[in-house]
Amino acid sequence: MQGYGNGKLYQHVLQSMMLVTTGFLVSSSLGILLGILMGANKRIEAFVNPIFLTLRPIPPLAWIPLAIVWLGLGNSAKVMVIYVAAFVPAVINSFTGVRSIEVPQREAAAMLGISRFAYYREVLIPGALPLIFTGLRLSLQASWTTLVAAELVGATLGLGSILNQAAQDINPAMILVGMISVAISGWLMTQILAKAEQYAMPWRA
Amino acid sequence: MAHQERLNQGEFLLWTGLGIASFVGFWYLSVLLGVVPRQFLPAPHEVLLRFIRLINEPFSGYTLLAHIASSFQRFLSGFVLAVVIGIPLGLLMALSRFANQIITPFFESIRFVAPIAWVPFAALWFGTGIGGPVLVIFMGAFPPVLINTYRGAIHVDKKYLEAAKMLGAGKLRLMTEVLFPAAIPSIIAGLRISAGLGWQSLVGAELIVASSGVGYMMVKGQASIQTDIVMSGMIAIGLIGLLIDVLLRQAEKFAVHYKEI
Repeated sequence: MQGYGNGKLYQHVLQSMMLVTTGFLVSSSLGILLGILMGANKRIEAFVNPIFLTLRPIPPLAWIPLAIVWLGLGNSAKVMVIYVAAFVPAVINSFTGVRSIEVPQREAAAMLGISRFAYYREVLIPGALPLIFTGLRLSLQASWTTLVAAELVGATLGLGSILNQAAQDINPAMILVGMISVAISGWLMTQILAKAEQYAMPWRA
Repeated sequence: MAHQERLNQGEFLLWTGLGIASFVGFWYLSVLLGVVPRQFLPAPHEVLLRFIRLINEPFSGYTLLAHIASSFQRFLSGFVLAVVIGIPLGLLMALSRFANQIITPFFESIRFVAPIAWVPFAALWFGTGIGGPVLVIFMGAFPPVLINTYRGAIHVDKKYLEAAKMLGAGKLRLMTEVLFPAAIPSIIAGLRISAGLGWQSLVGAELIVASSGVGYMMVKGQASIQTDIVMSGMIAIGLIGLLIDVLLRQAEKFAVHYKEI
């Protein structure tokens, strides 16, 4: 078995998937947290919103050159870009999720004298969960696309780097291998997330 | 405690102002304290000044406006191509089960490839001028147009189709005069998604295969470590993306209105 462009195919796949998983998990959990806080507290919303609305129209791919200037061509620049990509959908959807909980439901909980902790755990989070998962799916997709793009711009290992190398070598067969690997890995991660969704919301399955 | 308190206007302005102030303040503070070298993090006003200067001064061959023009031209070509192919194909799929069965598997397998992964083929087949980036934009913008047209068209009430058929309408007229008008709201919603994705893909494509455009300008700025140019590019991309979205949102409003008539 011979490798291509600094590694064997499985090494490239593992490298890309590992980076996406790391960036996605860190970013989306922080994003969900911020989104829920923004949904639950109008002051936090007013505080964060202007910054968020300014940065939001900038597509994640446009952060790639900045990430490279700041952090170079290594893993940390990729994680930064994935972080940006995954953050926005996570925040927006968990925020909308909290806001979509109906007022009577919230008021009933308040009337029954619920504690602050239980309010978050038993009313806000479960109520927002369907939209949170919608956000996660978008986040994951965005992370994956952005990572491939970042690796295309510059990387020594990873699926994007195979694509880049193959384009330079004018090796269409290898480009196809790269594209198919990108598609299959992306699909695989989406499936895993779908399983997690079923597990987290058994009442929806 | 669980009720949502409402902020009065003063309080809202206070917190919004605090948010903006702390963002800008934090930025200035890290510049002034020299946490990172000036070259990597210019002050906000320096970025703005550079942005304004770039409008007239050429960087990597063109002024900012010329870069924007060539990006926008590519975007428009790819987007129009996606619309011109996607809408008829979606209508055809809704009308004919045969066409649907041929196109769907093909489409589904291509859809999972991230648009950006087409960059190598785009470069190989069409070069770095107009063609390469246009293919990538097309790959980003095409799926939402097709899917939304199809979904909009299959939900048309069967009785309209049957009435039209009974009155002797051919397949072409069924598509253009029954399915298409009924699917317009869904199509326009799809156009918004597809413009967003197309614009994104364009930026990605220009980072890798282009010899002009905002993305290309950013890569050149990155190569010469001119962070203010990179940030100016981000601002330009954000603004145009916003503009495209606002225009299509107006179209969406118009389409909803149209449906109600």
